[in-house]
Amino acid sequence: MSAKKLHNEGKLLFQGSDWTFDIVQRIYDAVEEIADKELGLSTYPNQIEVITAEQMLDAYSSTGMPLLYNHWSFGKQFVLNEMMYRKGQRGLAYELVINSDPCINYIMEENSATMQTLVIAHAAFGHNHFFKNNYLFQQWTDAEGVLDYLEFAKAYIKSCEERYGQQEVERLLDAAHALKHQGVHRYPRGRARDLKAEALRESERHAHQERIYDDLWRTLPTAKKKDIPASERLGQLGLPQENILYFLEKSAPRLAPWQREILRITRLMAQYFYPQIQTKVMNEGTATYCHYRIMTSLHRQGRIDDGAFMEFLSSHTNVVNQPMFDSGYYGGLNPYFVGYHMMEDIARICVDPTEEDRRWFPDIAGGGDVEGTLRHIWANYRDESFVSQFLSPRLIRQWRMFRLADHEKADNLKVSAIHDERGYREIRRTLARQYDISWLEPDIQVVDVDLAGDRKLILEHYVNDGMLLEEKDAARVLQHLADLWGYEVCLTEMDRESRSSLKEHKARPRDSGPRLAAG
Amino acid sequence: MYIVDRRLNPGGKSLVNRQRFLRRAKSLVQQAVRDSLKDRSIKDLEQEGEVTIPRDEIHEPTLHRAGQGGNRDHILPGNKDFVEGDELPRPKGGEGAGGHQGEGEDEFRFVLSREEFLDLFLDDLELPELAKKRLTTGEAKGVRQAGYSTSGSPSALSIGRTMRNSMSRRLALRRPSRLEMERIEAEIARLEALPGDHTAEIAALRETWARLDRRRKVISYIDPIDLRYRRFEPTPKPIAQAVMFCLMDVSGSMTEHMKDLAKRFYALLHLFLDRCYRHVEVVFIRHTDKAEEVDEQTFFYSSETGGTLVSSALETMLAVVKDRYSPEDWNIYVAQASDGDNMPSDNRKTLALMTEGILPIAQYVAYLEVGRDEDPMMLGAIPRATELWQAYSQVDGKDGLFVMRKVHHRREIYPVFRELFQRRGAGQARQRT
Repeated sequence: MSAKKLHNEGKLLFQGSDWTFDIVQRIYDAVEEIADKELGLSTYPNQIEVITAEQMLDAYSSTGMPLLYNHWSFGKQFVLNEMMYRKGQRGLAYELVINSDPCINYIMEENSATMQTLVIAHAAFGHNHFFKNNYLFQQWTDAEGVLDYLEFAKAYIKSCEERYGQQEVERLLDAAHALKHQGVHRYPRGRARDLKAEALRESERHAHQERIYDDLWRTLPTAKKKDIPASERLGQLGLPQENILYFLEKSAPRLAPWQREILRITRLMAQYFYPQIQTKVMNEGTATYCHYRIMTSLHRQGRIDDGAFMEFLSSHTNVVNQPMFDSGYYGGLNPYFVGYHMMEDIARICVDPTEEDRRWFPDIAGGGDVEGTLRHIWANYRDESFVSQFLSPRLIRQWRMFRLADHEKADNLKVSAIHDERGYREIRRTLARQYDISWLEPDIQVVDVDLAGDRKLILEHYVNDGMLLEEKDAARVLQHLADLWGYEVCLTEMDRESRSSLKEHKARPRDSGPRLAAG
Repeated sequence: MYIVDRRLNPGGKSLVNRQRFLRRAKSLVQQAVRDSLKDRSIKDLEQEGEVTIPRDEIHEPTLHRAGQGGNRDHILPGNKDFVEGDELPRPKGGEGAGGHQGEGEDEFRFVLSREEFLDLFLDDLELPELAKKRLTTGEAKGVRQAGYSTSGSPSALSIGRTMRNSMSRRLALRRPSRLEMERIEAEIARLEALPGDHTAEIAALRETWARLDRRRKVISYIDPIDLRYRRFEPTPKPIAQAVMFCLMDVSGSMTEHMKDLAKRFYALLHLFLDRCYRHVEVVFIRHTDKAEEVDEQTFFYSSETGGTLVSSALETMLAVVKDRYSPEDWNIYVAQASDGDNMPSDNRKTLALMTEGILPIAQYVAYLEVGRDEDPMMLGAIPRATELWQAYSQVDGKDGLFVMRKVHHRREIYPVFRELFQRRGAGQARQRT
């Protein structure tokens, strides 16, 4: 016994809860070894930054970004978080990780050594691997260039504030923020974005325009324009277009070049976060699964002691806790819970499948290669496809899931599926759809512009299952849109199938408001 | 892998955004701050405080679906006894289990720091007649930059100056540049690579190289004599000081309620003076038919019996001024609170003391007449001007130095205070130290 204990002490990464930079380095090396050999993870190089609670609050309010342009809404976020933190209503995250190359991990100084081990395993390896390998991130984000682009964006917006006034920029950002969810391309086109080139492109464009500027052109008489047929007009404007910010940036008649550039910045930021919204379950699931495997492995090797392992288990259990719908604490499905358990389940199916698993998952059942299968899944799925492929009947039974239909016409709510043979596929399909961003976000498109007449911008919202837009907010956003467009804007909500109009919103640009005059 | 310790990085990264947010919501926050005065006790008036503003005004709209209406399906965990086809009554107050989050709370709560709180609280108020008087010296020492010196702490190193010196010295002493060295090295390499015997040339070049290298070592890149430090010099900063006299009638007719009103007014005034002057002293003088200077505790919490002679308080005050607070050096503010009782025979003397003794030396005199909580009209009595009110009416409004107001209820205190110190035009100079 004593010999074993001595032996262990030599191998222990740390004792007690205090950590030093040496210990963090040792922990990192040990975790890296397991991540590499056991799980086969491939990650961006890591940069670990130790920060205080106050700095964590700062990071929170700038959507986790290390540097971001200034705007009052981030201040609002800050006072809100600060308040909650001070009153103890909400703890702070133990870590925060940024999808960049090198991958920046913020860890809090208050964490115990065990927690530092956990967060390094969770973020520096779990999240990091996911960022580097998942197809959505590869398609949409440019990890290498993001920090430089943020710096450019911050400086650019600052210079605009100096040139055109803080208020003017703030108004524009307000409008752009209101439309940021409508500022992403949902389907990839062309090459992945290179954010470094972005910054360069802007300065070149500016220089070019200054070079070719000649006031003489203004005095030339213009040719009489012919009427253009509708199909050609739509083609020229690239309509229909669901990326409203993109459309405004390219086609809004009254915006100045700097305003277009700022719209572009907001749009690119929204696009950068687009994959994260679609992979909450998978991202957290991956990180949680990885940290669980790594911590268990460290304990098995005798590199963390029983006390540390208990501490880890307690915090792990908190993270993956899922209150049931009638417990009074229910607030939706916990992505950590869903992701982690589904991955555990996949690992089980790989090595120890039941008859049912073989029927449902012929491709992976009994395949034996747990890590390879999971790596494949991490790389090629998003939440929606992940759930619709891999949610097993066993988990549906275990979580006793059911579907509750809330239909407008019915007086009562109806249980339309439960965890039985008939219900598995129904439940799985509905749950997958709830993670599908194209279903979550309302489908709104710019469909036409009245070019010959009063330049009215026409948008349509294709309504699913009769779910209309929240009216007050829609009116406000439309007001912002009208200010950006410069002319009247009209949004029609129409049923997806029947194409019958359900509701109409209209807005005219404010005269006293942000007259975004062409400059 | 790198570990970076960011803990010592300057904090307050969100400060700019926070200020922008406060500016944006200024009118709301200001309203909230003023409302919060009703609930706050005097003691924590100066503390940082929590304020609540309506969420609606700072709402950031987005296009999203309404929480209600349409056909929705929810997947929930934890089925206990439902089977397919069961129907449940729709819960009232919306579908709680829905995946959409609603508007959240209608109110937005957050904490203002003490500074922010006071700034908003006392915004657009101004002390009348601020331009005064002798400034005391020696109280505070400021620091100002005063040229450069050859010694100092490393943090004060002026890199620009140092490098300029270093460069001119290097140029003057002809320190061989890196480029020169490299040229010779390249030449040596070229000769060595050439066929034929170049040993003599190479040796000569090597010697030149060695000489230059020695020279480089002797003439260092940065020499101690290049170093320049920014020099700072302490400078005395003048400070304006003020004294505030709180005069109060503590005779039997003054109820607790009245004292509370007076106390609130004093507290506000003190807060305000405190922001305008670095140094503020407070003198408490209470009176019945005789007056004495007391400490704060006695002033507010012990009661006396006796008649009322206002002039006694004014006399005591003048005595204190003469004794300790020379009008030459001090800005004198007077706040008097009373229920208005006075011996009719004393009025003339009071008036004389006020006009001839106090007003000429004071910056500002405020008389606050405190009344009962209930509406005087309700009692059926015709509101009658009190003795003291009648007396002071003759001074009121002559030169803006003297003001008088009536207050019955707590909620009137702040409006009255604001009214008295509202910024008037641009004529008055604003002085802050």
